[in-house]
Amino acid sequence: MREVAVIGVGMTKWGELWEKSFRQIFVEAALNAIDDAGVDRVDSMYVGTMSSGIFVGQEHVGALLADYLGLAPIPATRVESACASGGAAVRQGFIEVASGTSEIVLVGGVEKMTDLSAGETTYALATAADQEYEVYHGITFPGLYALIARAHMEQFGTTREQMASVAVKNHFHGHMNPNAQYPFEVTKEAVLNSSKVADPLTLLDCSPITDGSAAIILCPVELAKKISKKPIVKIIGTAQATDTIALHSRKDLTWLKSTADAAEKAYKMAEKTPKDIQVAEIHDCFTIAEICVTEALGFFERGEGGKAAEEGRTTLCRGGTPVNTSGGLKSKGHPIGATGVAQVVEITQQLRGEAGERQETGARVGLTQNMGGTGASTVVHILETD
Amino acid sequence: MLTAQRYAREIPQRYRLEAGKCKKCGEIFFPPRLICAKCKGREFETVKLSDEGKVITYTVIRVPPTPFADEAPYAIGIVELKDGVRITTQIVDCELDKIKVGMPVRIEFRKILQEGSAGILCYGYKCVPA
Ligand SMILES: [Zn+2]
Repeated sequence: MREVAVIGVGMTKWGELWEKSFRQIFVEAALNAIDDAGVDRVDSMYVGTMSSGIFVGQEHVGALLADYLGLAPIPATRVESACASGGAAVRQGFIEVASGTSEIVLVGGVEKMTDLSAGETTYALATAADQEYEVYHGITFPGLYALIARAHMEQFGTTREQMASVAVKNHFHGHMNPNAQYPFEVTKEAVLNSSKVADPLTLLDCSPITDGSAAIILCPVELAKKISKKPIVKIIGTAQATDTIALHSRKDLTWLKSTADAAEKAYKMAEKTPKDIQVAEIHDCFTIAEICVTEALGFFERGEGGKAAEEGRTTLCRGGTPVNTSGGLKSKGHPIGATGVAQVVEITQQLRGEAGERQETGARVGLTQNMGGTGASTVVHILETD
Repeated sequence: MLTAQRYAREIPQRYRLEAGKCKKCGEIFFPPRLICAKCKGREFETVKLSDEGKVITYTVIRVPPTPFADEAPYAIGIVELKDGVRITTQIVDCELDKIKVGMPVRIEFRKILQEGSAGILCYGYKCVPA
């Protein structure tokens, strides 16, 4: 297996981009990644998209986006794993380069969500859950994470204030990210007093509805050393895992087993432990998700995730492991298929020392964790620079 | 869109709580499956789930999906039935602030939603305080 490097990253400003089309936001991010890499060709591409069919009535997006990038006739494949579509696409790109099948691979993620009404969007997102045995009964995604939140509160005494501190922290990071959808700070009181969505979660516990795209360029490390003018960032660990599609089928509702399983494999492949991770981008689709993920990744003991966030152990430049320096899904936005790719963009910029105001000093090893549904799928990547 | 065919296929589970019990290890799956996730056994007998259980966790949905637009706020929980099977179900006939983790409940057959402009009625299980 060949070593794989990220030699280009690209993003655009995320938000409610009503004047821009699905294909346009993708091509903008992809061109930024191509320019950042300084490559004059791409041999193959993968695109993470969850639900373009529902959101904009468009399937067959691999071909569409390769065409609009001027890349036809290269192979182009769409990858779907709900909210983990982007991470899963990165992993496919990694495998294609590592296996020696292609030299330069573009991995993009894109979602155009804001054309639909809130009710229609809620319904589209719910297709990531069990349609017949969860969604049929009227559950929503905030509802499913609310079920996890209630269980975490009962089991470990996690508080609403601790959950709110995750939102406060991610907005603090995000206010330094010019590409974030909501680049402003929020107070704990604002989170606690925002409108109720699914008890105990409120509006500011939830990631927003976003239009956005992100892209990266992968190539063998040997080639990267010849053509890249930037610090070489290697993907040294990649793993993916699944769990039951329905939350209710899990014996332990607060343990994200797919995340724990994927992390264990990724740590092993990278020859790292949780203590080696200096910066992480993880799937905070809801505040409680970040708490559960930091536990499943082994950053904290079980039940300690909320307390750790409240104590600032996941905040930038506080001596801990900063989590979601980009602002996370919460502040940066969550265009479903783009999220997993944007996580790799942020970690690459952190490891290159290009994260500007939100740079974690001296970060050399970073991790991304991208999760589908209530954790029925997870993709973890570990990146390193020399 | 919930088609009539898709609806009809789930009727044994939704109307009669039919589940599959693995003949090799005894694990019960709801809905029934073709292979046991625990022991890989492929032979099952049809059993009816218990209609008694308790609330494991719950939420109150205040921002509903389109098909439930007129129903909110409503409570949904994960309920563990006496045979150990867990299901997601609405908790009804109970004030929203009276619901507690551990609360005993009973399964009843109810209307779940009215689908589409034709207003087709869809039925299934909900739980009520026992
Ligand atoms: Zn069995």
